[in-house]
Amino acid sequence: MRIDAALFQGLSWNLMADVRQLVAYPFMVNALEAGTAVAVLAGAVGWFMVLRRQTFAGHTLAVIAFPGAAGAGLAGLPLAFGYFGACAAGALALAGVSADRSGSHSRESAATGAVQAFALGLGFLFVSLYHGLLNGLDALLFGTFLGITDRQVVTLAVVATAALVLLAVVGRPLLFASIDGAVARAAGVPVRGLSLAFLLLLGFAVAATSQITGALLVFALLVAPAAAAQQITARPLRGLLLSVGIGLAVTWLGLALAYFSIYPAGFFITSLAFAVYVVARIARGTVRR
Amino acid sequence: MSAEPALRLSDASVELGGHVIWHDVSLTVGQGEFVAVLGSNGAGKSTLLEVVLGLLPLRTGTARVLGRPAGDANAEIGYLPQRRHFDASSRIRGVDLVRLGLDGARWGLPLPHFGPDPRRQRVQEVIELVGAEGYATRAIGSLSGGEQQRLLIAQALVRRPRLLMLDEPLDSLDLTNQGSVAALVQRICREEQVAVLLVAHDVNPILGYIDRVVYFAAGTAVAGTPAEVITTETLSRLYGTPIEVLHTKDGGLVVVGHPEAPFHHGSRHAH
Amino acid sequence: MFAHEFMRNALLAGTFTGAACGVVGYFVVLRAQVFAGDALSHVAFTGALAAVAFGVDVRIGLFAATIAVALGIGGLGERAGADDVAIGTVFAWILGLGVLFLAIFTTNRSTGNGTAAVRVLFGSIFGLSGSEAVVAAAVSVAAIAAMLACARPLLFASFDPEVARAQGVPVGLLGLGFLAVLGTVAAEATQAVGALLLLGLLAAPAAAAHRLARNPYAGLALSAAFAVGAVWLGLGFSYVEASVPPSTAIVTVATVLFVAAAGVERSAAPRLLQWRRATPR
Repeated sequence: MRIDAALFQGLSWNLMADVRQLVAYPFMVNALEAGTAVAVLAGAVGWFMVLRRQTFAGHTLAVIAFPGAAGAGLAGLPLAFGYFGACAAGALALAGVSADRSGSHSRESAATGAVQAFALGLGFLFVSLYHGLLNGLDALLFGTFLGITDRQVVTLAVVATAALVLLAVVGRPLLFASIDGAVARAAGVPVRGLSLAFLLLLGFAVAATSQITGALLVFALLVAPAAAAQQITARPLRGLLLSVGIGLAVTWLGLALAYFSIYPAGFFITSLAFAVYVVARIARGTVRR
Repeated sequence: MSAEPALRLSDASVELGGHVIWHDVSLTVGQGEFVAVLGSNGAGKSTLLEVVLGLLPLRTGTARVLGRPAGDANAEIGYLPQRRHFDASSRIRGVDLVRLGLDGARWGLPLPHFGPDPRRQRVQEVIELVGAEGYATRAIGSLSGGEQQRLLIAQALVRRPRLLMLDEPLDSLDLTNQGSVAALVQRICREEQVAVLLVAHDVNPILGYIDRVVYFAAGTAVAGTPAEVITTETLSRLYGTPIEVLHTKDGGLVVVGHPEAPFHHGSRHAH
Repeated sequence: MFAHEFMRNALLAGTFTGAACGVVGYFVVLRAQVFAGDALSHVAFTGALAAVAFGVDVRIGLFAATIAVALGIGGLGERAGADDVAIGTVFAWILGLGVLFLAIFTTNRSTGNGTAAVRVLFGSIFGLSGSEAVVAAAVSVAAIAAMLACARPLLFASFDPEVARAQGVPVGLLGLGFLAVLGTVAAEATQAVGALLLLGLLAAPAAAAHRLARNPYAGLALSAAFAVGAVWLGLGFSYVEASVPPSTAIVTVATVLFVAAAGVERSAAPRLLQWRRATPR
């Protein structure tokens, strides 16, 4: 096995030359642009998701994205329909379910696990029916940066911008409601409405992120940068910006590494994000203020 | 300042989940008065606060808060809900928490301010008022119960409320902290001329600081000074069964013989 | 249908694996360790693909990974379940690692078409050889036997660890042993329905059983019955309707069972409760 030798073909010590090489191809430029939009969106929404301790919701929505996209492919619709539609529907379902908290925590996770397994099985069915077996499967589950179209880039940029504008508007009351629900409600913040709005926002972030990292690796962009940022700083605005910054760095570097090597972007992005998180945790462990 | 009371309830009753929690309740809280809300578990003490905030409508009777219908005056009410303990992993800082109390409910991003920011100054001011300057920039999860409570009181005070409502703020504090927080509340009450409604399950830590008492029991409530309300005669009449109020040597009061109110599995604290 | 060898093999392996999943799954839900099952599904994927990438028998990587991680989770104890963010991040990374192994594997074989990945992700129950099916059945039977032998003390330890410990039940050891069995069964189930759909056999039938039966022994039996039923119905349906993959069919049946059980519980709760009280223990 020639891991080392084939690891980084074309990579030289001249950084400028490398970057020029990177942006020489349109597909790579598309990947970087899409990656940027997604990283910013995921970093921002993910920060709130980690704060609200709703990471399970993020993972469930990601898993639901898979049959959504596969189903759209099967039906001949643009994948984006499937991604965003499935995630929006999933978000509404989650909002409905969480309003009815009757079971124990263990039951809830068993139910969630069962639903996730069903969704994944359904996606597998769609992909098999579509005959696009491995490539389709690989791209949907683990992401791809090779085939990102111009239209995809535009869609992602528009969604990211709209979501960020929405976050700017509701950010403060959302922060208040997330940290201090009872007092926020007394102060007139529509806590329930914001919860629903946030789940929808999360659905869109997941749908967008899945197109880069694949449905199974969204945690890399949605959770790890945000969690690392929250280890580093407790201040909301700084934490949010840091989360976005880490997401961007991890995405660019991951895409670049994937370009120059034969190994998949999903692995690099996930590993880099994980590394940052581990370092942040260790750093906080040693620096006890 | 007008002589308009901070709170006036007339012949009020409220129901939750089909049960009438309390009825025929009439009480007045004057401006700058420190009133304790007492009663056994489930008697409806927290429910009173929800009524004042307009979160729960009255079944009968009227409620006027700061001269307006309940719910309209919330901007002038400082509210500390029950049992808010931030666990160790909460990394939000005290200053940020207090700041949220100031403008956290506003939509959009905070506008940048040139020169000294009055919002920052107000936050600093109120933190100093409660004596929390020393630890306000630390993560709230790392603070002790007493320290957290002071910052939460600061949050409730930051918008200069005319009515402050605290739901069992002394619950998880040790005796020393109970005394100092009670003293702090009284000082704020006098200095800032804020009416205070403090819900407690034990009157003794605050007995020396309060002006009047509202005692909820047996589906209704009685209001007056501690000497009027917390007596064998008054409470026995209220409960309808023999109650004895004992006086301890150091001035404390012990209520013996009161039955627990039926527990209502309610959605009072629904999120 | 039964004339075909692949079908007989699938039924052999599937029946016993399903039963094992039902029994183990009942305890997983009882002990609130569903997250461990989820973690194991990720680890199973990566372990299997690592084995494939390095040219070793898939099952070795599978079992080594799942049992090692299961014991690791047991070793961490209470802390393991506490931090959602940390757990999710770690196991997402492990999936990423699996993607790396997948890439190594496909680039190293000139005919790399990645069907190994599909088999690991979504199972290969119709692709089992006779010997593989026998091994799967044997391992599952061993797991079931182990669980039944410890059922009573394990139930005790799960419901009431303090009292059980006081009465001499080796709570810690049982917990660790249980996780080792869980790892083994998870590896088996991965071969049947795939790493991704693991929880469909491990959690869904058990969750359904929990909703319908108060008596734990009835619950254990019901859980196993549901899982085996799901396997049979799923395999049958997939045989008849060839475009539907067997793992999808199995997991769908299990989920439908779960939803039905949840519905029954909600609507019939008062009546069932009375029925349960009337039934002597």
